[in-house]
Amino acid sequence: MEAVNGRPKREIKKGETRKHIISILVNNEFGVLARIATLIAGKGYNIESLSVGDTSEANLSRITIEVKGDDVVIDQMIKQLRRLIDTIKVRDLTDVPRVERELMLIKLHAPSHKERDEILRIAQIFRGKVVDISQDSIMIELTGDSEKIKAFLNLVRPFGIKEMATTGKITLKRESVAEETQD
Amino acid sequence: MAMRKGADVIVETLLKEGVDVIFGIPGGANMEIYDALYRINKIKHILARHEQGAGHMAEGYAKASGKVGVALATSGPGATNLITAIADAYMDSVPVVFLTGQVPTFLIGNDAFQEVDIVGMTRPVTKHNFLVKKIEDLPLMIRQAFYIAKTGRPGPVLVDIPKDITQTMTDVEIPSDEEVINSLPGYKPHIEGNPQQIKRAAQLILEAKRPVLYVGGGAVAAEANAEITELAELMKIPVTTTNMGKGAFDERHPLSLRMLGMHGTYYANMAVYHSDLLIAVGSRFDDRVTGKVDEFAPFAKIIHIDIDPASISKNITVDVPIVGDIRSVLVRLIEEIKNKNSKIVHEEERKAWLEQIDAWKKAYPLSYKPSDKVIKPQFVIEALYDVTEGNAIITTGVGQHQMWSAMFYKYSFPRQFINSGGLGTMGFGLPAGIGAKVARPDKDVFIIDGDGSFLMTMQELITAAHYNIPIKVIIVNNAYYGMVRQWQELFYNKRYSEVDLSFQPDFVKLAEACGAVGMRTDNPKELKDVLLKAKNIEDKPVLVEVIVDREENCLPMVPAGKSYKDMLLSDGKNVEAETMYLVG
Ligand SMILES: Cc1ncc(C[n+]2csc(CCOP(=O)(O)OP(=O)(O)O)c2C)c(N)n1
Ligand SMILES: [Mg+2]
Repeated sequence: MEAVNGRPKREIKKGETRKHIISILVNNEFGVLARIATLIAGKGYNIESLSVGDTSEANLSRITIEVKGDDVVIDQMIKQLRRLIDTIKVRDLTDVPRVERELMLIKLHAPSHKERDEILRIAQIFRGKVVDISQDSIMIELTGDSEKIKAFLNLVRPFGIKEMATTGKITLKRESVAEETQD
Repeated sequence: MAMRKGADVIVETLLKEGVDVIFGIPGGANMEIYDALYRINKIKHILARHEQGAGHMAEGYAKASGKVGVALATSGPGATNLITAIADAYMDSVPVVFLTGQVPTFLIGNDAFQEVDIVGMTRPVTKHNFLVKKIEDLPLMIRQAFYIAKTGRPGPVLVDIPKDITQTMTDVEIPSDEEVINSLPGYKPHIEGNPQQIKRAAQLILEAKRPVLYVGGGAVAAEANAEITELAELMKIPVTTTNMGKGAFDERHPLSLRMLGMHGTYYANMAVYHSDLLIAVGSRFDDRVTGKVDEFAPFAKIIHIDIDPASISKNITVDVPIVGDIRSVLVRLIEEIKNKNSKIVHEEERKAWLEQIDAWKKAYPLSYKPSDKVIKPQFVIEALYDVTEGNAIITTGVGQHQMWSAMFYKYSFPRQFINSGGLGTMGFGLPAGIGAKVARPDKDVFIIDGDGSFLMTMQELITAAHYNIPIKVIIVNNAYYGMVRQWQELFYNKRYSEVDLSFQPDFVKLAEACGAVGMRTDNPKELKDVLLKAKNIEDKPVLVEVIVDREENCLPMVPAGKSYKDMLLSDGKNVEAETMYLVG
């Protein structure tokens, strides 16, 4: 053995902080969502979007969560999510080829024909649907991934947004490797 | 199946689980359960004097026996009083089922009398919890609770049972083991260690020059002490245990390094610091163990064997993770090593390593300055070790006395040292000791308590006297919140803020008032005699107040957030000045 000077250090793994999208298959039981939310809040992380819905099996639900955080901490969190008794399957889909959708309802100022026509044209390009129309406003329904929703928002913002709501993201792993086509 | 009340179903299910004792307190919401216990009269019940006490008793019972402990409380304040014990069991992975009464289902959410959302409150501190909403679910949920509590990484499970459920007449059957397992598709506690990783681990162990086994509470829970010993002896690897891992390896064994970490031995911490291979078994790299993480075992490759995937690479990145039941992984690891003829590659270096460790042991054994005028607190523990011939079960409160108990009593069998490691709950010692004695009536159970800790759950002395449970409480009385005082001395320039406890009860009279025997000594010469007298009292609890040197410090110590290289030694020296950096 030999002597060395200085204070040798162990390498500590640090991850990149980014948005993760996590898909969780759970027993459809009361308190499950609270358990998951408690665990995530316990890490000091904020849930950016959330969706809960049915699956093909009656007693199972799928929860899709978008949360921003350090890769290493998220990895640990996923292990802890798996440890919950009511979680059947937990996957981090961030780096996995996947199809992702969210739904937006948006009510825009449209006091005259001119605005209505223009909004309709944009909506058409984005395959949005007009779901309500009044003297001075128009409501559009739009689905897509977050890029598409963002692009649409950028275009219609100048008209003035009266109100809007988006659902949480839902996502499934893609089985084919082909590029996603815009629908 | 005949019709009977929900409460009877609870008792039947507990009997099916082999429960022989429950610790609890009755109240409005759990009265039906108490009525069923009374009528069926097959399960012993210990009436605690506070629900926290009942919870710690169930923990002590579970820790001493390896079986699932059971605590029962009423709704509202009964349930909230349990929370400290629940959190304690969670932090130390203790298998306890907590049963709470709840207001009737039709009142839930109405802020009814004595209603709290105990399921919501305990979600972050239970392995799992249940609210029973239908009578059909009652026996299944209780059985699931036991199964979850005792399998995988053990932990507390709470079942909250509304009063109307306990009153409903039902013919529901008690589900079979198979039905219980099949009802939990998301829970797979039995994991086989990855054979490839086990092979890699074997190779690393054979090739290591300076290996150390670092053993935690998971090894005790998995009953892997024989395998740990076999591995250590086969490969001549020194073993350090955490506070929770004590007893998984005999501390009197020449390969034992005793405890590591903040109040670990000099030689354990030096060995870990300089090791080139750290084999972590059922331990979780807690901050009280690692100190400053980036200076923890900086030269070592790490193998981590644990049942809980979420424990692996949590605080420190490991090189060879092996998730699985610790005992079966060790059995296969030993097989793998034997397949390679147990051939240690670097014999010379390994010999030098053990010699180096012996040199460290000689340079700084655990020590203190003895006195024949005042009783040194360390001497209390040493004397107790002698008087009990190292055979007693020891429980403790939290503070200096706890760490001295860890240092100056040598533990040789699993489940011998029972204390609150993760949560650090003052008041744990007495009720846990009662639970331990109920589980192991064949053993002497000594509770080494602090004067501060004792007062937090002292009412349970009455419980012990009520049932003639002959536990022995040794109060190491320094008339201080000693551990806090020590930190104030070392890190706050002796500003002793709110730690003086010299206004205190007459502990001897207090013991007598509770129905126990009380004794007191401040004389080092008579200490052993007093302890022996206490040991020999078999029909009543005993309390011995030992007045000790007030401002003794608990050393060695690695200050919080510092590295092993900053260890303060018992003679006031500092490690950095004392040692060289040894690198192979
Ligand atoms: C319930 C609880 N409250 C506060 C603390 C903080 N604390 C840690 S050690 C300690 C002093 C313990 O005093 P005592 O039981 O007399 O033991 P000593 O250190 O004097 O041996 C305190 C107050 C704690 N661990 N638990
Ligand atoms: Mg004290």
